[in-house]
Amino acid sequence: MYPFNFEYHKASSVSEAISLLNQHDGAKVLAGGHSLIPAMKLRLSDPGVLIDIGKIDDLHGINASKGAVTIGGLTTHSDLAASIVVPIGLSETAGTVGDQQVRNRGTIGGSVVHADPAADLPTMLVALRASFHISGPTGNRTVSAEDFFTGMFETDLEDGEILTAVEVADEQSGTGSAYSKLFNPASGYAMVGVAAVVTVASGKCTEASVVLGGLTPSVMVASSVADSLVGVKLEETSIAAAAEAVQNDLGSDVLGDIHASADYRRAMAPVYVRRAVAAAVERAG
Amino acid sequence: MSRNVTVTVNQSEHTCEVEPRLLLVHLLRENLGLTGTNIGCDTSQCGSCTVLMDGQAVKSCTVLAVQADEANITTIEGLAQEGELHPLQESFWEKHGLQCGFCTPGMIMTAHDLLSRNPDPTDTEIRHGLDGNLCRCTGYHNIVTAIQAAASSIRS
Ligand SMILES: Cc1cc2nc3c(=O)[nH]c(=O)nc-3n(C[C@H](O)[C@H](O)[C@H](O)COP(=O)(O)OP(=O)(O)OC[C@H]3O[C@@H](n4cnc5c(N)ncnc54)[C@H](O)[C@@H]3O)c2cc1C
Ligand code: FES
Ligand code: FES
Repeated sequence: MYPFNFEYHKASSVSEAISLLNQHDGAKVLAGGHSLIPAMKLRLSDPGVLIDIGKIDDLHGINASKGAVTIGGLTTHSDLAASIVVPIGLSETAGTVGDQQVRNRGTIGGSVVHADPAADLPTMLVALRASFHISGPTGNRTVSAEDFFTGMFETDLEDGEILTAVEVADEQSGTGSAYSKLFNPASGYAMVGVAAVVTVASGKCTEASVVLGGLTPSVMVASSVADSLVGVKLEETSIAAAAEAVQNDLGSDVLGDIHASADYRRAMAPVYVRRAVAAAVERAG
Repeated sequence: MSRNVTVTVNQSEHTCEVEPRLLLVHLLRENLGLTGTNIGCDTSQCGSCTVLMDGQAVKSCTVLAVQADEANITTIEGLAQEGELHPLQESFWEKHGLQCGFCTPGMIMTAHDLLSRNPDPTDTEIRHGLDGNLCRCTGYHNIVTAIQAAASSIRS
């Protein structure tokens, strides 16, 4: 299968990529290509012009300094999965994406900009309260992960902008993060994906952030679950009780398809919430 | 709209004029005549097109040739050295890790990546490592056995 033909430009810097994007109407950024190329081969996407950012050095690499970790937009899932400086829940999440070959090519920037409702990284990045650094023709800006995801395959990114890096805070002692996922048995995408970040002091939960993926058109913050966890002594029964609160968060708009109906996903949601929270609590120590 | 792409494939450098939409797998099979790399699904699922790009396993049906510009590619044809089979090739043969053989080049290239990250994997780690590769014949059992045998031969 061949994509439609297109014009191809290779950018060697972020500023060159931005100016190329703005010179060509409808041009799209090409990162790892693991969402874009399959869609182009199926001729579901026909961008006309691709701006390849794959060789821009500034977009590579993971740097930890002053309490924060900055992850270049071109960091592959594979490098993220192997990183020991990012929160453990984030490396764990990256390790569940697709398969080794997909992880070797797919990037964090591509995953968040694509904003597939069944993707994994967006869920964890919202739970970790990550921020996204964006460069565009009018300068740089930063947006929180929660505000970035605006709908199914929709984000706050404007035409002509590039996501340059993702920033997360260092994981403090007493805090644990974890991801639990019901895999689509064919594709490996999340049918239910739950990210939990929990802080524990003297056995009690002092802060919790729980986020759902795969279930709704866009990532969803499970604030009822988090509220039910805070102030509570975290044990098997209290975690299970809090997990049931996920039904209040889900609302009526739960996704369903031939792989898993909406009812099935809804029934599985508390199971995966419970597993993610329990694993995060264990890591919080 | 054509562009020149320079790739080093199995240690020899080639410069080819390609359309930007040309996939790496077609560059290898059609432009360079290296038909050991197979196309199974053409939809990024089966892994039979797996090659090493700068040492890492990639599905060459999901990489544009222009993205491989200046990269180092290894295909199944590049594994044997001076007439000696690579330990993975040797062990797939010895342990009957194949039946029809269609998936084998991709399995071996993926296993190569796996063993470079984890020289002493458990059976479960091997099975997870092969997540992106489908085999319709063997039932996978002998593939896992073959990779274990290759791992131990490379370690010693
Ligand atoms: C077989 C297979 C299985 C997969 N399984 C999973 C899975 O289980 N879970 C999962 O989450 N994902 C999965 N994926 C998707 C994978 O994670 C993709 O790599 C990812 O969604 C896109 O990243 P990319 O770098 O390949 O982006 P590309 O395909 O290059 O780009 C995707 C989109 O983002 C834009 N873009 C990319 N980078 C930037 C940037 N820095 N700034 C601005 N725009 C940008 C592009 O213009 C395009 O619109 C799978 C993919 C395949 C092929
Ligand atoms: S042919 Fe490339 S993954 Fe199947
Ligand atoms: S040996 Fe036939 S597909 Fe694997």
